[in-house]
Amino acid sequence: MNLKRYQEVILKPLIDENPITLQILGICSALAVTNNLSVTLVMCVAVISVISFSNLFISLIRNYIPSSIRIIVQMTIIASLVIVVDELLKAYDYETSKRLSVFVGLIITNCIVMGRAEAFAMKEKPLLSFLDGLGNGIGYSIILIGVAFIRELFGAGTLFGNDVMPEWYMGNNLLLLPPSSFIIIGLFIWLIRSFKPAQLEKDDFEVSTHSTAPNLIKRDINV
Amino acid sequence: MNESVFKTIGVAFGVCLICSLIVSTSAVGLRDQQKENKLNDRRVKILEVADIKVERDQTIAEAFKKLEQKFIDFDTGILMDEYKNFNIDEYDQLMSLKDSTLSKPVPSSEDIAIIKNRENVGKIFILRNDVGNIDKLILPIRGYGLWGTLFGYIAIDGDFNTVSGITYYEHKETPGLGAEVDNIDWRKSWIGKKIYEDNQVALTVIKGKVSNDDPSKSYKVDGLSGATITGRGVSNMITYWFGNSGYAKLFAELDYES
Repeated sequence: MNLKRYQEVILKPLIDENPITLQILGICSALAVTNNLSVTLVMCVAVISVISFSNLFISLIRNYIPSSIRIIVQMTIIASLVIVVDELLKAYDYETSKRLSVFVGLIITNCIVMGRAEAFAMKEKPLLSFLDGLGNGIGYSIILIGVAFIRELFGAGTLFGNDVMPEWYMGNNLLLLPPSSFIIIGLFIWLIRSFKPAQLEKDDFEVSTHSTAPNLIKRDINV
Repeated sequence: MNESVFKTIGVAFGVCLICSLIVSTSAVGLRDQQKENKLNDRRVKILEVADIKVERDQTIAEAFKKLEQKFIDFDTGILMDEYKNFNIDEYDQLMSLKDSTLSKPVPSSEDIAIIKNRENVGKIFILRNDVGNIDKLILPIRGYGLWGTLFGYIAIDGDFNTVSGITYYEHKETPGLGAEVDNIDWRKSWIGKKIYEDNQVALTVIKGKVSNDDPSKSYKVDGLSGATITGRGVSNMITYWFGNSGYAKLFAELDYES
Protein backbone atom coordinates (compact mmCIF):
# COMPACT_ATOMS: atom_id res chain seq x y z
CA MET A 1 0.00 0.00 0.00
CA ASN A 2 2.91 2.25 0.88
CA LEU A 3 4.55 1.66 -2.46
CA LYS A 4 1.37 2.63 -4.21
CA ARG A 5 1.32 5.90 -2.33
CA TYR A 6 4.88 6.64 -3.43
CA GLN A 7 3.94 5.93 -7.00
CA GLU A 8 0.94 8.14 -6.72
CA VAL A 9 2.80 11.22 -5.45
CA ILE A 10 5.28 10.95 -8.27
CA LEU A 11 2.94 10.13 -11.14
CA LYS A 12 -0.12 12.20 -10.35
CA PRO A 13 1.47 15.63 -10.84
CA LEU A 14 2.66 14.66 -14.31
CA ILE A 15 -0.70 14.96 -16.07
CA ASP A 16 -3.61 14.41 -13.72
CA GLU A 17 -2.64 17.07 -11.22
CA ASN A 18 -0.15 19.00 -13.26
CA PRO A 19 0.81 22.18 -11.41
CA ILE A 20 0.70 24.29 -14.57
CA THR A 21 -2.26 22.98 -16.51
CA LEU A 22 -4.56 22.03 -13.64
CA GLN A 23 -3.57 24.42 -10.90
CA ILE A 24 -2.35 27.17 -13.26
CA LEU A 25 0.66 27.88 -11.04
CA GLY A 26 4.16 28.85 -12.04
CA ILE A 27 3.02 30.58 -15.21
CA CYS A 28 5.46 33.47 -14.76
CA SER A 29 8.59 31.46 -15.45
CA ALA A 30 6.81 29.47 -18.13
CA LEU A 31 6.48 32.74 -20.05
CA ALA A 32 9.97 33.98 -19.51
CA VAL A 33 12.36 31.12 -20.07
CA THR A 34 10.75 29.07 -22.82
CA ASN A 35 12.04 30.57 -26.04
CA ASN A 36 15.04 28.28 -26.15
CA LEU A 37 15.13 24.58 -25.28
CA SER A 38 18.58 24.42 -23.72
CA VAL A 39 17.85 27.35 -21.42
CA THR A 40 14.50 25.78 -20.52
CA LEU A 41 16.13 22.47 -19.63
CA VAL A 42 18.52 24.14 -17.21
CA MET A 43 15.62 26.05 -15.66
CA CYS A 44 13.69 22.78 -15.24
CA VAL A 45 16.60 21.09 -13.51
CA ALA A 46 16.92 24.11 -11.21
CA VAL A 47 13.22 24.08 -10.34
CA ILE A 48 13.11 20.30 -9.82
CA SER A 49 16.03 20.41 -7.41
CA VAL A 50 14.66 23.39 -5.51
CA ILE A 51 11.17 21.87 -5.09
CA SER A 52 12.44 18.43 -4.10
CA PHE A 53 14.96 19.63 -1.56
CA SER A 54 12.81 22.37 -0.10
CA ASN A 55 10.08 19.77 0.39
CA LEU A 56 12.59 17.42 1.97
CA PHE A 57 14.07 19.94 4.41
CA ILE A 58 10.75 21.49 5.35
CA SER A 59 9.29 18.06 5.98
CA LEU A 60 12.29 17.12 8.14
CA ILE A 61 11.67 20.00 10.52
CA ARG A 62 7.89 20.19 10.08
CA ASN A 63 7.19 19.17 13.66
CA TYR A 64 9.37 21.93 15.04
CA ILE A 65 8.10 24.84 12.95
CA PRO A 66 5.82 27.11 15.00
CA SER A 67 2.76 27.80 12.88
CA SER A 68 3.03 31.55 13.50
CA ILE A 69 6.24 31.81 11.49
CA ARG A 70 5.90 28.80 9.23
CA ILE A 71 5.69 30.77 5.96
CA ILE A 72 8.83 32.72 6.78
CA VAL A 73 10.69 29.56 7.67
CA GLN A 74 9.62 27.96 4.40
CA MET A 75 10.66 31.04 2.44
CA THR A 76 14.06 31.11 4.14
CA ILE A 77 14.73 27.52 3.20
CA ILE A 78 13.48 27.97 -0.37
CA ALA A 79 15.43 31.21 -0.85
CA SER A 80 18.65 29.64 0.43
CA LEU A 81 18.28 26.71 -1.95
CA VAL A 82 17.63 29.04 -4.87
CA ILE A 83 20.73 31.08 -4.08
CA VAL A 84 22.81 27.91 -3.93
CA VAL A 85 21.43 26.77 -7.29
CA ASP A 86 22.10 30.22 -8.77
CA GLU A 87 25.68 30.21 -7.50
CA LEU A 88 26.23 26.71 -8.89
CA LEU A 89 24.90 27.77 -12.29
CA LYS A 90 27.13 30.83 -12.36
CA ALA A 91 30.11 28.64 -11.61
CA TYR A 92 29.43 25.69 -13.89
CA ASP A 93 27.13 26.87 -16.68
CA TYR A 94 27.84 30.56 -16.98
CA GLU A 95 26.46 30.91 -20.50
CA THR A 96 23.01 29.62 -19.55
CA SER A 97 22.95 31.42 -16.24
CA LYS A 98 23.52 34.65 -18.14
CA ARG A 99 20.54 33.95 -20.34
CA LEU A 100 18.32 32.95 -17.42
CA SER A 101 19.40 36.12 -15.61
CA VAL A 102 16.90 36.98 -12.87
CA PHE A 103 14.59 34.07 -13.53
CA VAL A 104 16.65 31.67 -11.44
CA GLY A 105 16.30 34.06 -8.52
CA LEU A 106 12.60 34.28 -9.21
CA ILE A 107 12.16 30.56 -8.46
CA ILE A 108 11.84 31.80 -4.88
CA THR A 109 8.49 33.30 -5.78
CA ASN A 110 7.39 30.36 -7.92
CA CYS A 111 4.00 29.46 -6.52
CA ILE A 112 4.54 25.74 -7.09
CA VAL A 113 7.48 25.57 -4.67
CA MET A 114 5.67 27.45 -1.95
CA GLY A 115 2.44 25.60 -2.66
CA ARG A 116 3.99 22.16 -2.28
CA ALA A 117 5.82 23.19 0.87
CA GLU A 118 2.66 24.48 2.50
CA ALA A 119 0.24 21.88 1.20
CA PHE A 120 2.34 18.75 1.31
CA ALA A 121 5.68 18.95 3.07
CA MET A 122 4.19 20.46 6.25
CA LYS A 123 2.09 17.30 6.73
CA GLU A 124 3.92 14.37 5.18
CA LYS A 125 7.05 12.36 5.88
CA PRO A 126 10.40 13.48 4.38
CA LEU A 127 10.83 10.81 1.70
CA LEU A 128 7.26 11.16 0.52
CA SER A 129 7.64 14.94 0.41
CA PHE A 130 10.83 14.66 -1.56
CA LEU A 131 9.10 12.46 -4.14
CA ASP A 132 6.14 14.83 -4.26
CA GLY A 133 8.55 17.66 -5.05
CA LEU A 134 10.19 15.54 -7.70
CA GLY A 135 6.83 14.71 -9.29
CA ASN A 136 5.66 18.31 -9.31
CA GLY A 137 8.96 19.51 -10.65
CA ILE A 138 8.78 16.99 -13.47
CA GLY A 139 5.16 17.91 -14.17
CA TYR A 140 6.21 21.55 -14.44
CA SER A 141 9.11 20.57 -16.67
CA ILE A 142 6.98 18.53 -19.07
CA ILE A 143 4.84 21.56 -19.87
CA LEU A 144 7.79 23.94 -20.04
CA ILE A 145 9.71 21.69 -22.40
CA GLY A 146 6.60 21.28 -24.56
CA VAL A 147 6.13 25.04 -24.76
CA ALA A 148 9.82 25.64 -25.43
CA PHE A 149 9.84 22.98 -28.15
CA ILE A 150 7.01 24.69 -30.02
CA ARG A 151 8.38 28.19 -29.46
CA GLU A 152 11.90 27.44 -30.54
CA LEU A 153 10.95 25.22 -33.47
CA PHE A 154 8.40 27.55 -35.02
CA GLY A 155 9.75 30.82 -33.63
CA ALA A 156 13.39 30.52 -34.54
CA GLY A 157 13.39 27.38 -36.73
CA THR A 158 15.96 25.76 -34.45
CA LEU A 159 16.13 23.10 -31.73
CA PHE A 160 18.84 23.41 -29.09
CA GLY A 161 20.29 26.10 -31.34
CA ASN A 162 20.65 23.78 -34.37
CA ASP A 163 18.83 24.65 -37.56
CA VAL A 164 16.19 22.03 -38.23
CA MET A 165 13.66 23.80 -40.40
CA PRO A 166 14.07 23.96 -44.18
CA GLU A 167 15.84 26.99 -45.63
CA TRP A 168 12.64 28.74 -46.74
CA TYR A 169 11.09 28.71 -43.28
CA MET A 170 10.62 32.18 -41.84
CA GLY A 171 10.58 32.15 -38.04
CA ASN A 172 7.38 33.42 -36.45
CA ASN A 173 8.56 36.25 -34.25
CA LEU A 174 5.38 36.28 -32.17
CA LEU A 175 6.38 32.90 -30.79
CA LEU A 176 9.64 34.32 -29.48
CA LEU A 177 7.79 36.91 -27.41
CA PRO A 178 6.51 35.94 -23.95
CA PRO A 179 2.74 36.27 -24.66
CA SER A 180 2.89 33.36 -27.09
CA SER A 181 3.43 30.95 -24.19
CA PHE A 182 0.03 31.99 -22.83
CA ILE A 183 -1.52 30.80 -26.07
CA ILE A 184 0.47 27.57 -26.13
CA ILE A 185 -0.24 26.78 -22.47
CA GLY A 186 -3.91 27.50 -23.16
CA LEU A 187 -3.88 25.01 -26.01
CA PHE A 188 -2.18 22.42 -23.77
CA ILE A 189 -4.85 22.89 -21.13
CA TRP A 190 -7.56 22.46 -23.75
CA LEU A 191 -5.90 19.31 -25.07
CA ILE A 192 -5.43 17.74 -21.64
CA ARG A 193 -8.94 18.58 -20.50
CA SER A 194 -10.52 17.12 -23.59
CA PHE A 195 -8.83 13.80 -22.80
CA LYS A 196 -9.39 14.09 -19.05
CA PRO A 197 -12.86 15.56 -18.61
CA ALA A 198 -12.47 15.10 -14.85
CA GLN A 199 -10.27 18.20 -14.91
CA LEU A 200 -13.06 20.37 -16.31
CA GLU A 201 -14.16 22.91 -13.76
CA LYS A 202 -17.84 23.05 -12.84
CA ASP A 203 -19.60 26.32 -13.60
CA ASP A 204 -19.57 28.53 -10.54
CA PHE A 205 -23.23 29.31 -11.09
CA GLU A 206 -25.98 28.31 -13.44
CA VAL A 207 -26.71 30.72 -16.27
CA SER A 208 -30.35 31.61 -15.98
CA THR A 209 -32.55 33.20 -18.61
CA HIS A 210 -32.79 36.98 -18.67
CA SER A 211 -35.41 38.15 -16.22
CA THR A 212 -36.80 41.26 -17.98
CA ALA A 213 -35.97 40.97 -21.66
CA PRO A 214 -38.15 38.67 -23.75
CA ASN A 215 -37.07 35.07 -23.50
CA LEU A 216 -35.15 34.62 -26.71
CA ILE A 217 -34.96 30.86 -26.44
CA LYS A 218 -38.68 30.29 -26.39
CA ARG A 219 -39.65 33.05 -28.76
CA ASP A 220 -40.12 32.01 -32.31
CA ILE A 221 -37.74 34.35 -34.10
CA ASN A 222 -39.04 33.45 -37.55
CA VAL A 223 -42.50 34.96 -37.02
CA MET B 1 4.57 23.69 23.03
CA ASN B 2 5.57 24.70 19.51
CA GLU B 3 3.98 28.07 19.90
CA SER B 4 5.93 29.47 22.84
CA VAL B 5 7.84 32.69 22.22
CA PHE B 6 11.08 31.07 23.20
CA LYS B 7 10.66 28.22 20.77
CA THR B 8 9.58 30.53 17.94
CA ILE B 9 12.67 32.66 18.30
CA GLY B 10 14.84 29.59 18.68
CA VAL B 11 13.54 27.94 15.50
CA ALA B 12 13.81 31.18 13.54
CA PHE B 13 17.37 31.67 14.73
CA GLY B 14 18.37 28.08 14.02
CA VAL B 15 16.90 28.07 10.51
CA CYS B 16 18.56 31.38 9.69
CA LEU B 17 21.90 30.23 11.03
CA ILE B 18 21.95 27.00 9.04
CA CYS B 19 20.67 28.65 5.86
CA SER B 20 23.18 31.49 6.06
CA LEU B 21 25.98 28.99 6.56
CA ILE B 22 24.93 27.05 3.48
CA VAL B 23 24.52 30.18 1.36
CA SER B 24 27.81 31.75 2.37
CA THR B 25 29.72 28.50 1.92
CA SER B 26 28.45 28.11 -1.62
CA ALA B 27 29.08 31.78 -2.44
CA VAL B 28 32.62 31.79 -1.12
CA GLY B 29 33.49 28.32 -2.40
CA LEU B 30 32.43 29.05 -5.95
CA ARG B 31 33.67 32.63 -6.18
CA ASP B 32 36.93 31.92 -7.99
CA GLN B 33 35.25 29.75 -10.57
CA GLN B 34 32.62 32.43 -11.19
CA LYS B 35 35.22 35.18 -11.55
CA GLU B 36 37.07 33.11 -14.09
CA ASN B 37 33.88 32.42 -16.03
CA LYS B 38 33.11 36.10 -16.19
CA LEU B 39 36.58 36.99 -17.36
CA ASN B 40 36.61 34.20 -19.94
CA ASP B 41 33.20 35.18 -21.20
CA ARG B 42 34.40 38.71 -21.89
CA ARG B 43 37.62 37.38 -23.43
CA VAL B 44 35.73 35.07 -25.76
CA LYS B 45 33.78 38.07 -27.06
CA ILE B 46 36.96 40.08 -27.61
CA LEU B 47 38.67 37.20 -29.41
CA GLU B 48 35.58 36.71 -31.53
CA VAL B 49 35.42 40.34 -32.61
CA ALA B 50 39.18 40.33 -33.30
CA ASP B 51 38.61 37.20 -35.40
CA ILE B 52 41.19 35.18 -33.44
CA LYS B 53 40.44 31.47 -33.35
CA VAL B 54 41.07 29.57 -30.16
CA GLU B 55 42.98 26.42 -31.12
CA ARG B 56 41.90 23.08 -29.70
CA ASP B 57 44.88 22.64 -27.44
CA GLN B 58 44.75 26.24 -26.30
CA THR B 59 42.99 27.78 -23.35
CA ILE B 60 41.17 31.07 -23.76
CA ALA B 61 43.79 32.81 -21.64
CA GLU B 62 46.55 31.55 -23.94
CA ALA B 63 44.82 32.72 -27.09
CA PHE B 64 44.18 36.03 -25.42
CA LYS B 65 47.92 36.60 -25.06
CA LYS B 66 48.05 37.52 -28.75
CA LEU B 67 46.38 40.76 -27.82
CA GLU B 68 48.21 43.63 -26.23
CA GLN B 69 46.25 45.49 -23.54
CA LYS B 70 46.69 49.22 -23.03
CA PHE B 71 45.14 51.89 -20.89
CA ILE B 72 43.88 54.87 -22.84
CA ASP B 73 43.49 58.36 -21.45
CA PHE B 74 40.39 59.67 -23.19
CA ASP B 75 41.27 63.32 -22.58
CA THR B 76 44.57 63.15 -24.42
CA GLY B 77 44.26 60.01 -26.50
CA ILE B 78 47.56 58.72 -25.12
CA LEU B 79 48.07 55.01 -24.50
CA MET B 80 49.59 54.01 -21.19
CA ASP B 81 51.00 50.83 -19.71
CA GLU B 82 50.27 51.88 -16.17
CA TYR B 83 47.40 53.65 -14.50
CA LYS B 84 47.38 54.25 -10.78
CA ASN B 85 47.62 50.92 -9.01
CA PHE B 86 45.40 49.04 -11.41
CA ASN B 87 46.39 45.67 -12.77
CA ILE B 88 45.59 45.86 -16.48
CA ASP B 89 44.23 42.30 -16.57
CA GLU B 90 41.71 43.11 -13.88
CA TYR B 91 40.95 46.74 -14.69
CA ASP B 92 37.25 47.17 -15.40
CA GLN B 93 36.52 50.60 -16.80
CA LEU B 94 32.82 50.23 -16.00
CA MET B 95 33.73 50.04 -12.31
CA SER B 96 35.49 53.41 -12.66
CA LEU B 97 32.12 54.96 -13.45
CA LYS B 98 31.11 54.54 -9.84
CA ASP B 99 34.06 56.59 -8.63
CA SER B 100 33.85 60.33 -9.29
CA THR B 101 37.63 60.68 -9.21
CA LEU B 102 37.97 58.16 -12.03
CA SER B 103 35.11 59.36 -14.22
CA LYS B 104 33.39 62.50 -15.36
CA PRO B 105 29.76 63.22 -16.19
CA VAL B 106 29.20 63.75 -19.90
CA PRO B 107 27.56 67.14 -20.63
CA SER B 108 24.08 66.45 -21.94
CA SER B 109 24.75 68.32 -25.20
CA GLU B 110 27.50 65.82 -26.03
CA ASP B 111 25.81 62.79 -24.56
CA ILE B 112 24.23 61.44 -27.72
CA ALA B 113 24.79 57.83 -26.69
CA ILE B 114 23.18 58.54 -23.28
CA ILE B 115 25.99 57.07 -21.20
CA LYS B 116 25.77 59.78 -18.48
CA ASN B 117 29.31 59.15 -17.17
CA ARG B 118 32.51 58.49 -19.00
CA GLU B 119 35.57 56.96 -17.36
CA ASN B 120 38.78 58.99 -17.60
CA VAL B 121 40.77 55.98 -18.59
CA GLY B 122 39.61 53.00 -20.61
CA LYS B 123 41.20 49.77 -21.73
CA ILE B 124 41.72 48.79 -25.36
CA PHE B 125 43.22 45.77 -27.08
CA ILE B 126 45.75 45.84 -29.88
CA LEU B 127 46.50 43.07 -32.35
CA ARG B 128 49.85 43.53 -34.09
CA ASN B 129 51.01 41.85 -37.28
CA ASP B 130 54.35 40.04 -37.68
CA VAL B 131 56.35 43.23 -38.21
CA GLY B 132 54.82 44.92 -35.21
CA ASN B 133 52.44 47.29 -36.91
CA ILE B 134 48.91 47.67 -35.65
CA ASP B 135 46.67 45.21 -37.44
CA LYS B 136 43.50 45.74 -35.44
CA LEU B 137 42.25 47.73 -32.49
CA ILE B 138 39.47 46.34 -30.32
CA LEU B 139 37.62 49.14 -28.60
CA PRO B 140 34.86 48.94 -26.01
CA ILE B 141 31.69 50.89 -26.86
CA ARG B 142 28.39 51.35 -25.10
CA GLY B 143 25.21 53.34 -25.46
CA TYR B 144 21.51 53.34 -24.81
CA GLY B 145 19.20 51.36 -27.08
CA LEU B 146 15.49 50.89 -26.48
CA TRP B 147 15.33 49.24 -23.05
CA GLY B 148 18.79 49.72 -21.69
CA THR B 149 22.45 50.22 -22.36
CA LEU B 150 24.15 48.00 -24.91
CA PHE B 151 27.73 47.05 -24.07
CA GLY B 152 30.04 45.79 -26.76
CA TYR B 153 33.29 45.88 -28.67
CA ILE B 154 34.10 47.12 -32.12
CA ALA B 155 37.22 46.07 -34.00
CA ILE B 156 38.82 48.37 -36.54
CA ASP B 157 41.70 47.91 -38.94
CA GLY B 158 45.09 49.61 -38.80
CA ASP B 159 43.86 52.47 -40.99
CA PHE B 160 41.67 53.49 -38.02
CA ASN B 161 38.73 53.78 -40.38
CA THR B 162 37.60 50.34 -41.53
CA VAL B 163 35.37 48.22 -39.29
CA SER B 164 36.42 44.60 -39.02
CA GLY B 165 33.91 43.40 -36.47
CA ILE B 166 31.34 44.34 -33.86
CA THR B 167 29.81 42.43 -30.98
CA TYR B 168 27.64 43.09 -27.96
CA TYR B 169 28.12 41.19 -24.75
CA GLU B 170 25.29 42.70 -22.76
CA HIS B 171 22.01 44.34 -23.71
CA LYS B 172 18.33 44.31 -22.84
CA GLU B 173 16.83 44.66 -26.32
CA THR B 174 13.65 42.83 -27.39
CA PRO B 175 14.30 39.20 -28.41
CA GLY B 176 13.71 38.76 -32.11
CA LEU B 177 13.81 42.51 -32.79
CA GLY B 178 16.47 44.66 -31.16
CA ALA B 179 18.25 41.62 -29.81
CA GLU B 180 19.09 40.79 -33.41
CA VAL B 181 22.21 42.92 -32.82
CA ASP B 182 23.58 39.49 -31.85
CA ASN B 183 22.66 38.09 -35.25
CA ILE B 184 25.81 36.87 -36.94
CA ASP B 185 24.68 37.92 -40.43
CA TRP B 186 23.97 41.45 -39.33
CA ARG B 187 27.28 41.66 -37.51
CA LYS B 188 29.06 40.43 -40.61
CA SER B 189 27.43 43.21 -42.64
CA TRP B 190 29.56 45.69 -40.67
CA ILE B 191 32.83 44.28 -41.93
CA GLY B 192 34.53 46.66 -44.35
CA LYS B 193 32.34 49.66 -43.54
CA LYS B 194 34.12 53.00 -43.16
CA ILE B 195 33.70 55.22 -40.14
CA TYR B 196 35.04 58.64 -41.11
CA GLU B 197 34.17 60.75 -44.12
CA ASP B 198 36.10 64.05 -44.21
CA ASN B 199 37.09 63.57 -40.57
CA GLN B 200 33.46 63.35 -39.50
CA VAL B 201 31.89 60.17 -38.20
CA ALA B 202 29.61 59.14 -41.05
CA LEU B 203 28.82 55.50 -40.29
CA THR B 204 25.16 54.97 -39.37
CA VAL B 205 22.60 52.22 -39.14
CA ILE B 206 19.91 53.23 -41.62
CA LYS B 207 16.26 52.27 -41.84
CA GLY B 208 15.76 49.45 -44.31
CA LYS B 209 18.37 47.92 -46.57
CA VAL B 210 21.42 49.63 -48.05
CA SER B 211 21.01 49.68 -51.82
CA ASN B 212 23.91 48.33 -53.82
CA ASP B 213 24.27 51.39 -56.05
CA ASP B 214 24.21 53.90 -53.20
CA PRO B 215 27.47 55.92 -53.56
CA SER B 216 27.83 56.20 -49.77
CA LYS B 217 26.97 52.57 -49.07
CA SER B 218 30.23 51.98 -47.23
CA TYR B 219 29.02 54.41 -44.55
CA LYS B 220 25.69 52.68 -44.11
CA VAL B 221 24.65 49.50 -42.32
CA ASP B 222 21.31 47.72 -42.88
CA GLY B 223 18.73 48.50 -40.23
CA LEU B 224 17.19 45.70 -38.18
CA SER B 225 13.53 45.38 -39.02
CA GLY B 226 11.31 46.30 -36.11
CA ALA B 227 14.23 47.78 -34.21
CA THR B 228 14.49 51.39 -35.37
CA ILE B 229 15.31 52.73 -31.93
CA THR B 230 17.96 50.10 -31.24
CA GLY B 231 19.50 50.96 -34.62
CA ARG B 232 19.49 54.64 -33.75
CA GLY B 233 21.16 53.80 -30.43
CA VAL B 234 23.87 51.85 -32.24
CA SER B 235 24.45 54.76 -34.67
CA ASN B 236 24.64 57.19 -31.76
CA MET B 237 27.19 55.15 -29.89
CA ILE B 238 29.38 54.94 -33.01
CA THR B 239 29.14 58.72 -33.38
CA TYR B 240 29.99 59.25 -29.73
CA TRP B 241 32.83 56.78 -29.32
CA PHE B 242 34.52 57.70 -32.57
CA GLY B 243 34.11 61.39 -31.86
CA ASN B 244 36.41 63.67 -29.92
CA SER B 245 35.37 62.51 -26.47
CA GLY B 246 35.95 58.92 -27.56
CA TYR B 247 38.72 57.44 -29.65
CA ALA B 248 39.30 60.20 -32.24
CA LYS B 249 42.21 61.62 -30.20
CA LEU B 250 43.76 58.18 -29.93
CA PHE B 251 43.75 57.78 -33.72
CA ALA B 252 45.33 61.21 -34.16
CA GLU B 253 48.00 60.26 -31.64
CA LEU B 254 48.70 56.90 -33.32
CA ASP B 255 48.80 58.51 -36.78
CA TYR B 256 51.29 61.04 -35.50
CA GLU B 257 53.49 58.28 -34.08
CA SER B 258 53.64 56.36 -37.31
